[in-house]
Amino acid sequence: MDGFVALYIFMLAAITGHVIISRVPVILHTPLMSGSNFVHGIVVVGGMVALAHADTNLERAIGFLAVLLGAGNAVGGYVVTERMLEMFKSSKRGEK
Amino acid sequence: MTLDSLFDFLAKASYFAAAVLFILGLMKMGSPVTARQGIRWAGVGMVIATVVTFFAPSTWGTHGFDPINLALMIVAIVISYVFWIWGKKVPITDMPQMVAIFNGMGGGSAAAIGAATLINAATYSGACTPEAIAAHACLDTTKSVLGILGALIGAVSFSGSIIAWAKLDGRLDKRVTFPGQQVFNLLVFVGLLALGGYLVYALDVPIIITFFVVALLLGVLMTLPIGGADMPVVISLYNAFTGLAVAFEGYVLGNEALIIAGTVVGAAGMLLTQLMAKAMNRPISGVLFSNFGGGGSGGEEITGSMKPIEAPDASSLLYLAERVIVVPGYGMAVAQAQHKMWELCKQLIARDKEVKFAIHPVAGRMPGHMNVLLAEAGVPYDLIADMDDINPEFKTCDVAIVIGANDVVNPVAKTDKSSPIYGMPVLDVIDAKQVIVIKRGKGTGFAGIENALFYADNCRMLYADGQEAANRLIAELKALDGGGGH
Repeated sequence: MDGFVALYIFMLAAITGHVIISRVPVILHTPLMSGSNFVHGIVVVGGMVALAHADTNLERAIGFLAVLLGAGNAVGGYVVTERMLEMFKSSKRGEK
Repeated sequence: MTLDSLFDFLAKASYFAAAVLFILGLMKMGSPVTARQGIRWAGVGMVIATVVTFFAPSTWGTHGFDPINLALMIVAIVISYVFWIWGKKVPITDMPQMVAIFNGMGGGSAAAIGAATLINAATYSGACTPEAIAAHACLDTTKSVLGILGALIGAVSFSGSIIAWAKLDGRLDKRVTFPGQQVFNLLVFVGLLALGGYLVYALDVPIIITFFVVALLLGVLMTLPIGGADMPVVISLYNAFTGLAVAFEGYVLGNEALIIAGTVVGAAGMLLTQLMAKAMNRPISGVLFSNFGGGGSGGEEITGSMKPIEAPDASSLLYLAERVIVVPGYGMAVAQAQHKMWELCKQLIARDKEVKFAIHPVAGRMPGHMNVLLAEAGVPYDLIADMDDINPEFKTCDVAIVIGANDVVNPVAKTDKSSPIYGMPVLDVIDAKQVIVIKRGKGTGFAGIENALFYADNCRMLYADGQEAANRLIAELKALDGGGGH
């Protein structure tokens, strides 16, 4: 990947992240932190690539760890966020 | 188009789709109405990216489907189901530490990717032969620097998040401090940068291992001295760190989905951290580098005594009140008393009292955490007020009930310059005509300092478990109805 193309991606993605948070009410900060925690669980994909390229047992062990931890991030992050947001649904029902 | 190149095209397309779904999902999560749809969209993006990666030839490189690696990958993903169950089972009050631990895993994964890449490159001696390029082992200077930086940040986030989790989960109570700690941490950090700098020029497996051990140690050292009250800011900071680490490792692997998702989270997390720190009126540097509430040192002596009250008297006060403000804190959540408290409030509302909930920005363990807990109990949004809106109303409030909150209602934050929490915005509960504090015992709050509110003349302490206290108040209220000839 061209270094400058990567730099553009970095910049635009950073601005996007900033804009997403700056408009959010305080009550959603925790679910949003949890949601963004889930999103960086995409690291599992990188872990898969690292494990697939492993040649030695040391590399295998590290790659296995990368996939396991990355999958834990994604899976756990999703469950936790989903559960938090469920609360908001039930509160709206109570309001009616 | 060959089958291989078709799959590689699909992989690229799936990463693009995932990036779009992540960003749209996060945007949808910015509103309570669409939030649930948002996390689903992000979830779909994740599944697409993972499945396609599994089958994409570019994932496997020159190896093809290596059966051992394939088996290991499947085993790792199957084991991660444990984390699904764990996340499903923990009580909702424990959510902040779950965010911490899962975030730490992401950081650890990024660090592991960095380690694998560096060790891989070391075996090819950093030479850019075609085999090395195919094995992702060809690192130019930019890739080396970002890969090492990402590994450092990821490792700090990993070990730091584990300490944060242990502290919030009550497994690690003490704040470990020693003289010269910050200088020591700084030296460790500088040493780490030196090791990293060396690795950019010469890859050497023992040095790589030393680098990671020291990086993990730094995460522990950084987090140990931080008090529980500051933990939400720290978790948010580590969340941003992990995002950044993922983005850097994404560049090394040439994976756009990692770069975009990581950077979005990194930027969002940084801003979120600043907002949280601002809500607590503590600069981020202060959270990280200054010690909080050093065992009751500092702060003026508080004179007076705590005055206890029993449930019948407390409920009479409520019975006569017109305006009641409830100030919930983390203690209420721990006691699982939010449902009972809401029941009590419904009883009060039924008796034509005006009831409001006052939420401090960091009530609970994170901004918005208390809102989630109250929402779970069924408290309508319009009864929940933010600190800035409710603070002027305490003056006209007849009874303020403080349940499980401590530091966030401590008036010394406004009056005592020598107090460790001086300057932190607090709820002006002390302005209420009468304050009832529901508390299990006489202990101090997270910051470990005495609360002047508890000694104030207009304050009475109702010593009880949160649920039990609410139950007794409800019963007494009903008894008063009977006695009042209704």
